[in-house]
Amino acid sequence: MSERRTPPPAPAADEHQRVEAAAAEAGVAAPKSTVGRFMASSAGRNSGLVIALLVLCVVGLLTAGDRFANVNNILTILRLAAVIGVVSIGMTFVIIGGGIDLSVGAIVALASVWATTLATQQLAEDYHWIFMVLTALVVGTACGLINGSLIAYGRMAPFIMTLAMLAGARGLAEIISERRTQIIGVRDFVNFINGSLLGIPVLVWIFAVVAAIGWVLLNRTTFGRRTIAVGGNINAARLAGIAVKRHTVLLYTLLGLLCGVAAVMLMARTTTGSSTHGMLYELDAIAAVVIGGTLLTGGRGTIVGTIFGVLIFTTLTNVFTLNNLDTSTQNVAKGVIIVAAVLLQQRVAARSDSS
Amino acid sequence: MTTALLEMTGIVKEFPGVRALDGVDLEVRAGEVHCLLGQNGAGKSTLIKVLSGAHQPDEGVIVWQGEQVRLANPLAAMKLGIATIYQELDLVDGLSVAENIFLGHELASAGFSRQADAQKAAAELLARLGHPEISPRREVGRLSTAGKQIVSMARALSHDVKLIIMDEPSAVLDQEEVARLFTVIKDLTAGGVAVVYISHRLEEIRQVGDRVTVLKDGRTVATGLSARETPTSDLIRRMTGRDIEYVFPARSKVPQEAPVVLDVADLAAPGAFSGVSLSVRAGEIVGLAGLVGAGRSEVLETIYGARKASAGSVTVDGRRLRPGSVRAAVAAGVGLSPEERKSQGLLLDEAVYRNVSLATMTRFARGGFMNHANERRAAQKHTKALDVRPADISRAARTLSGGNQQKVVLARWLLRECRVLLLDEPTRGVDVGARSELYALIGRLADEGVAVVLVSSEVPEVLGLAHRVLVLREGRVVHTGPAEEIDEHQVLDLVMEGSAA
Repeated sequence: MSERRTPPPAPAADEHQRVEAAAAEAGVAAPKSTVGRFMASSAGRNSGLVIALLVLCVVGLLTAGDRFANVNNILTILRLAAVIGVVSIGMTFVIIGGGIDLSVGAIVALASVWATTLATQQLAEDYHWIFMVLTALVVGTACGLINGSLIAYGRMAPFIMTLAMLAGARGLAEIISERRTQIIGVRDFVNFINGSLLGIPVLVWIFAVVAAIGWVLLNRTTFGRRTIAVGGNINAARLAGIAVKRHTVLLYTLLGLLCGVAAVMLMARTTTGSSTHGMLYELDAIAAVVIGGTLLTGGRGTIVGTIFGVLIFTTLTNVFTLNNLDTSTQNVAKGVIIVAAVLLQQRVAARSDSS
Repeated sequence: MTTALLEMTGIVKEFPGVRALDGVDLEVRAGEVHCLLGQNGAGKSTLIKVLSGAHQPDEGVIVWQGEQVRLANPLAAMKLGIATIYQELDLVDGLSVAENIFLGHELASAGFSRQADAQKAAAELLARLGHPEISPRREVGRLSTAGKQIVSMARALSHDVKLIIMDEPSAVLDQEEVARLFTVIKDLTAGGVAVVYISHRLEEIRQVGDRVTVLKDGRTVATGLSARETPTSDLIRRMTGRDIEYVFPARSKVPQEAPVVLDVADLAAPGAFSGVSLSVRAGEIVGLAGLVGAGRSEVLETIYGARKASAGSVTVDGRRLRPGSVRAAVAAGVGLSPEERKSQGLLLDEAVYRNVSLATMTRFARGGFMNHANERRAAQKHTKALDVRPADISRAARTLSGGNQQKVVLARWLLRECRVLLLDEPTRGVDVGARSELYALIGRLADEGVAVVLVSSEVPEVLGLAHRVLVLREGRVVHTGPAEEIDEHQVLDLVMEGSAA
């Protein structure tokens, strides 16, 4: 039967090269210079971040000496990084999936308030402090679920939906707490979450575990693959039979859950629940994600980059604080770093796929 | 005696590791339509970019109206009177027609735009192009692709243009629109404007062209050929080194007892089409012919569930599909290769193998964890069978040529072992050599028992590949029958008039 078909004409011997040439002609070939190629590789992209972090450490050493380079200070940096880090990991998924979430700080606040009401604390005293944790997680998850559902099924723009959640969740937190800071009286809770395990703060452990799970989720599972597909080309993902809407809901719900985790960590660190917790977390998280090399347009990003983004910010704050510089100066420096990082990223991107 | 408007000699352009242009000569006279022919990768795009000032040549001389010039940037080219109309139109959707036409050189006094003047001037330009029906106030995003192209041309004319480069303008147009485009081109050239016209379609070059330059492997292999009189075989041979245009695989007979895999009954989608019924047996290829806008793509999308049907049913292997659900269709074994490969089919920045496994990834996962080795192996098996080049499956899909990208999308559905394959314009933007390969591939898939529905704007393609042909006109089926019993001319008559002449 097969001889009926005319076989496809044999391609010219150099066809392969011509295709390559066509690709190069369109300007999409791999970067040719060694530096360009290295910078475009994932190690290369992160190497810029490693260098930035090292520079910060050197500055810290030179200006603050031993006050910077001692175990306690390093642990302080890590403890500070842990809370915003957990939120940033979730934000990385949402942004790779083509979305954005402005409500993370407000969700943290609402979860912290809800988990520290008198009723919840009474429950914790009567049975186990885990109920406070569960409350925070449920509240965070629910907020994320609402965000995701309305974005996916209500076709709200993520920016608008989460802006509304920002206002609504923080408002609700104020109503519940009557704008008062709620002191946590459950000692076991604070002692455990704010304590240490094997010499390392539990907060840091939590961040490490979340980051590790995030890395595996993004790089080794269908969930991660779908996230990249949905953010990279939503039409192609839909036409390939991926449940795009359901996945969008999952992404925001995951971030909501992690906001709940962050709320628990913040509650333990400050021994309070408050409607002012998590102020501007959305900006810090988005900045960390973007500095880490994740494209705001979706479809590309790394967990490792985000971790570096968080560490760079936290170390910067620490170095500034050790030098008695105020937060205003810190904010200026943060702004400069964000711009510099994005400019650098664009140059790298231009090298790897310019036209 | 016409003198040369533009003379390019010995143009060389090197990119790291590749000589995209390796000594190209091109001579264009005022008032002519000069056609540029060549396969994908022959250097046409690079040549255009050099001519429009986007790329600087490494060697070679450009003489414009008798003077040697350097086109340092696109603005310099535009100032000389060279305008380019790109395949992907560069218009701002949110601005009006008039605003787009004068974008960058707005008519303004002291910073205030003179809107009335701009609209008047725009209306004149549109009238000159034979499209007075396009309102200068209209938002460009609301125009059809053909309308946008006219606006692009009007923008070119709003500069004092002497040479217009058109990069495959007909690729996005239907036949009627192409005919109107040709009228416009003839009017322009009658006014002394030269046109450099690039197209894959030889019949168009015959209709509209004056002279032809053929590029192959970055070199000019023939120039100054008569567009009307040079035999097709001659042109093809110069482009490819082969003597054939399209090679269609011989159709194998579909056995009478072959089961009906896809059955579509009385399907309708509001505003697109109605009353479409078709059934496809295992191993059969059914072609849908018709103009752009006749509802061909919409039929495929509705079968696939990407568009909601208002009436009718789609049945695969005897099971009725849940309407409006792509997932139901995919689960039932239906695959779609969409018309817009890049925007609807591929993750351009992702590796080839990940594009192939996109619809199948759960198969390579246990408890959500991907087994990358299995995934790569399975994807590789199919890319190898389809001869996707380059063979490296870790490359980003973006770096592949159009034909190979198409194969990647096909490989995706082969990996899924789909029963029904819906192909929407599978050879758009694919060069001649790679087309024959795709044809052979589609024939082979049918032989393996896949039910194929093929949509193509190129009638010979539908007639050459399909067993049965449905002709759509304005959302209705006007003809159904075996492909052998109808010829191109009859199809075109049906498509235009609704009846076979």
